[in-house]
Amino acid sequence: MNSKTQNKIAIGTLYGVAGLVVLILLALLGYILVSGLPQLSWHFLTAPAKAFLKGGGVGVQLYNSFYLLILAMLISFPIALGAAIYLYEYARDNWVTTTIRTAIEILSSLPSVVVGLFGFLFFVVKLRLGFSILSGAFALTFFNLPLLTRSIEDSLRTIDLSQREGGLALGLSRWETITRVILPAAVPSILTGVILSAGRVFGEAAALIYTAGQSAPALDFTDWNPFNISSPLNPMRPAETLAVHIWKINSEGIMPDAKAISSGSSAVLVLAILLFNFAARYLGKRLYKRLTSA
Amino acid sequence: MSEEILTTQDLHLYYGEKEALKGINLNFTDKGITALIGPSGCGKSTYLRTLNRMNDLIPNVTITGTIKFKGQNLYAPSADTVQIRKEIGMVFQQPNPFPFSIYDNVIYGLRIAGEKDKEKLDAVVEKSLRQAAVWDEVKDHLHESALALSGGQQQRVCIARVLAVSPEIILLDEPTSALDPVSSSQIEATLLNLRHDYTIIIVTHNLQQASRIADRTAFFMNGELIEVDQTKNIFMNPAQKQTEDYISGRFG
Repeated sequence: MNSKTQNKIAIGTLYGVAGLVVLILLALLGYILVSGLPQLSWHFLTAPAKAFLKGGGVGVQLYNSFYLLILAMLISFPIALGAAIYLYEYARDNWVTTTIRTAIEILSSLPSVVVGLFGFLFFVVKLRLGFSILSGAFALTFFNLPLLTRSIEDSLRTIDLSQREGGLALGLSRWETITRVILPAAVPSILTGVILSAGRVFGEAAALIYTAGQSAPALDFTDWNPFNISSPLNPMRPAETLAVHIWKINSEGIMPDAKAISSGSSAVLVLAILLFNFAARYLGKRLYKRLTSA
Repeated sequence: MSEEILTTQDLHLYYGEKEALKGINLNFTDKGITALIGPSGCGKSTYLRTLNRMNDLIPNVTITGTIKFKGQNLYAPSADTVQIRKEIGMVFQQPNPFPFSIYDNVIYGLRIAGEKDKEKLDAVVEKSLRQAAVWDEVKDHLHESALALSGGQQQRVCIARVLAVSPEIILLDEPTSALDPVSSSQIEATLLNLRHDYTIIIVTHNLQQASRIADRTAFFMNGELIEVDQTKNIFMNPAQKQTEDYISGRFG
């Protein structure tokens, strides 16, 4: 067989494989959207769920998903940022940093159900936080931290060494160089990383089943006192998220329209994550443009 | 002869085990341009970077000997690298403006030092950019990104950025090697304008450049300082055979 035919076969195979991946993705997306989009309505997106009757919505779950996402990000972003700055800007390559990096890698490959069970034993039971948004947010932090740290570290890596030298040569201290030159320059790419990881957190179910719980008590959206049990802001209430809701109605849902609710919820979830991804690209590009060219 | 502002005595530098500078003794008088020339890998850039402690960033570097700036040892334990680099600024081979506006680039050092007075900052921006001979080209778009400028303009903005923190000494590490001939000659003109007010030390691969702008020239080879003299003497009448061979292009 001559090299030309070989080449053709190789390219053909690669095209085939790539096409297959795209096809599977499109089929999945198509199925979810085709079966889910017809269920969507303002009522569906805002009404609370019903346990036995038809006509329930996912309003509370949707809100819980966002609230939990924001809390988890508020906790994990500062830690990830600090860790990434330390690892990339300060730490020298020695056994300590190697150990930290290995630990981060192992943590990132941990199955999320294990993170969930750990969260259950530690936050829910040991620290007596109960099934609560707070327990869920901590569990999600464990789940999110490794990837976020890695992505911020990668963002810092894209900033050229000459920028650091430029800062130092102006008589800026190392800390000033990092906070005033490197971080602003890395903001677009850090932001992209944050939004992409937000998408992952938003769709996470296994880590939340045993921590944030599987029930969504009705919320009173007029009560913004975080100490009241029905307040949307209360971090100590159990909070089923959209992803957990999908899992739950598929395994034990007894409402007559369980299938429709599940399809609708899936569509909402997929749309939200698509939105995160597009937002990440758009914002990242725009910020980069604004910061770098006229 | 004006006073000596920067003195180097028996300076050795090791990258791990490898000795890159083998006992350099070299002094710089206040004001004027000194060019450091020599073949690639001769240690001239390494030497330049010891003068404001930029080699600190590289792991496994050991430095012995003394470098004194106005009588103060730069490598004394009590030496403040941040302060040193404010007084001994540096311009690099690749123009490295920050990804911000031209205005912000120039005042970055001052703003971080806490200067808030808008009028004063405006004045410094104009003065520095004028000194760097780039004011006329950028004055109408000071608030646009510095990355949109040409390489030569970027490099002059980088020079202005260093001037804005009013250093005494400016180190330049092959500042024109990444630039086209026209931009290079603009940088040279800029440096000639600055030579009465600053002590300028420039590493260059370009012998013509050294002969055009430098008052004094130092020739490095294999980590040693072979010869330093008035530029005219180095090029017309070098004392060392090695210098003559290099100048006449017999190696390097």
